[in-house]
Amino acid sequence: MSETRGLYTLWLREIKRFLRDRMRIISMFVQPLLWLVIFGAGFGLRFTIPGLSYQAVIFPGIVAQTLLFTSMFMGISVIWDKEFGFMKEILVAPISRFSIFLGKMIGDSSSSFLQGIIVFAIGLALGIPIDPVTFLYAFPIMVLITLGLVSIGLTVASFIGSLESFGAIQTFINLPLFFLSGALFPLKGPGISLPTWLTTVAAWNPLTYGVDALRIVILGAAWTPLQIQPLWVDLGIVALFDVIMIAIGTWAFTRMK
Amino acid sequence: MSHVIETRQLTKAYNSLKAVDSIDVSVESGEIFGLLGPNGAGKTTIISMLCTMLKPTSGNATVNGFDIVREANKVRKSIGIVFQEPSIDDRLTGRENLYMHANLYGVPASEQKTRIDRVLKLVELEDRADDLLRTYSGGMRRRLEIGRGLIHYPKVLFLDEPTVGLDPQTRDHIWRYIRELKQAHDITVVLTTHYMDEADRLSDRIAIMDHGKIVILDTPPKLKETLEGDVVVVRANNIHALSDLVSKSLGLENKQIVDGALEVTVRNGKSAMPRIMELATQNKIYVESILLREPNLEDVFLHYTGRTIRDDTGKELHGMSAIQRRKIR
Repeated sequence: MSETRGLYTLWLREIKRFLRDRMRIISMFVQPLLWLVIFGAGFGLRFTIPGLSYQAVIFPGIVAQTLLFTSMFMGISVIWDKEFGFMKEILVAPISRFSIFLGKMIGDSSSSFLQGIIVFAIGLALGIPIDPVTFLYAFPIMVLITLGLVSIGLTVASFIGSLESFGAIQTFINLPLFFLSGALFPLKGPGISLPTWLTTVAAWNPLTYGVDALRIVILGAAWTPLQIQPLWVDLGIVALFDVIMIAIGTWAFTRMK
Repeated sequence: MSHVIETRQLTKAYNSLKAVDSIDVSVESGEIFGLLGPNGAGKTTIISMLCTMLKPTSGNATVNGFDIVREANKVRKSIGIVFQEPSIDDRLTGRENLYMHANLYGVPASEQKTRIDRVLKLVELEDRADDLLRTYSGGMRRRLEIGRGLIHYPKVLFLDEPTVGLDPQTRDHIWRYIRELKQAHDITVVLTTHYMDEADRLSDRIAIMDHGKIVILDTPPKLKETLEGDVVVVRANNIHALSDLVSKSLGLENKQIVDGALEVTVRNGKSAMPRIMELATQNKIYVESILLREPNLEDVFLHYTGRTIRDDTGKELHGMSAIQRRKIR
């Protein structure tokens, strides 16, 4: 009982902190807009897949990218708390490290979901064919993707002492995960031949399956010939990734002082 | 009286350095127990172990009857802590910080509001409770932290340098508050401090620590009695020469130069004063002032550790940087 309440209060704190940070909320709108409008328009020139515009193809990729960047960034809350002493108050409380990790993880994930929702709104405004039902299908997938990614951010942050080094490491993790997930180009399908090394690495990237699942749901039948795995396999892999990352994250929080 | 804290050969070693060296100490229920010592004496290390944040290298301890290693969670429920460094969330309001603490410690929801209102009143922050912490002054933050440590009605409250960086009025107020608390709630307080007056005025018993060991433990009056005698304080133009003469000619070795004044502990101050004056005049040392006082804790500290706490610049610096850190935020 008290574990649940502790978890809830840690979640609430992350939400409050997030909503009070106006700059972060503004930046939530800007980044996906830039990708979809500028990148989407520029690279769309040479893109030919029947029945799909390039913007529509990268839209699920940009959703995943937004979740990735936001989730990883959230790890900063751990470093912030360590630097400013608040972590001590949490660590010495009579509540398990698993609850502490979960409270922070769910709190930070909630902020990421919010960002994901905003990307959908932007997509809609840009005329990408999505409807409310698509969103209802996509949302649980977004949740599944986010939990694992936030866990990576929190785990990494629990090992790192300063904001500066976290920034550096974050880029180091974000970009490969993003570029090798097929977020910006299809990884397989008729007429698509990519270097083997790239597809091999992408096959080990959990985000690949998240992006694939989102595309299956958002793009519908037009994506079927290009899909990497059936939807349930995609979801299974992402869920497995979540479980592993949560276990690692809890372990990392247990050894934090 | 029952013992709320008991340590047995409690030790924390970092490589070959023993930060806390085989300490056996019992804290009685309901007392205010002061830990006094220079920087690096091991005060904070002891507290960290008792709060279950650090695992002892060897030995063990119980807090409120619970083992600090095997029953860490029960220990945590029994204690409140005010850390030396600030540990509040400055993006939340005072009230939000308190609610969060109440939830983390499992205070029943129905009681939270009453307890929080009471604590806010005690630390006189009712009218600022709904402002963000970042708008608080250092003293206000400290008061909130002390109040926060009490919300879950702990058996033992640990205060690690509780009044560093506070103005005299606030310190005075916090001392009164700690005393009242002890009487009203039967709470035990363990306090570390490098302020002598704080240790003297607050503590029922004081343990003086040095190099990871407890050098002496007693009530403040008894500690002062052990020095038996008076302290003669002399200010003169050549204080070091006078100091040498005092030991050579008068055979008085129990002395120290503090803030440019020579302090000599003697059995009978009234007879020692004219002899010191005479010695100075003979050697053409000009005495600016001379006075007699009773020994204080500072002298006790000096006697047992061989140094004054004010000499310990590291400690003072620590205090100052703590103040600055509070101001920045």
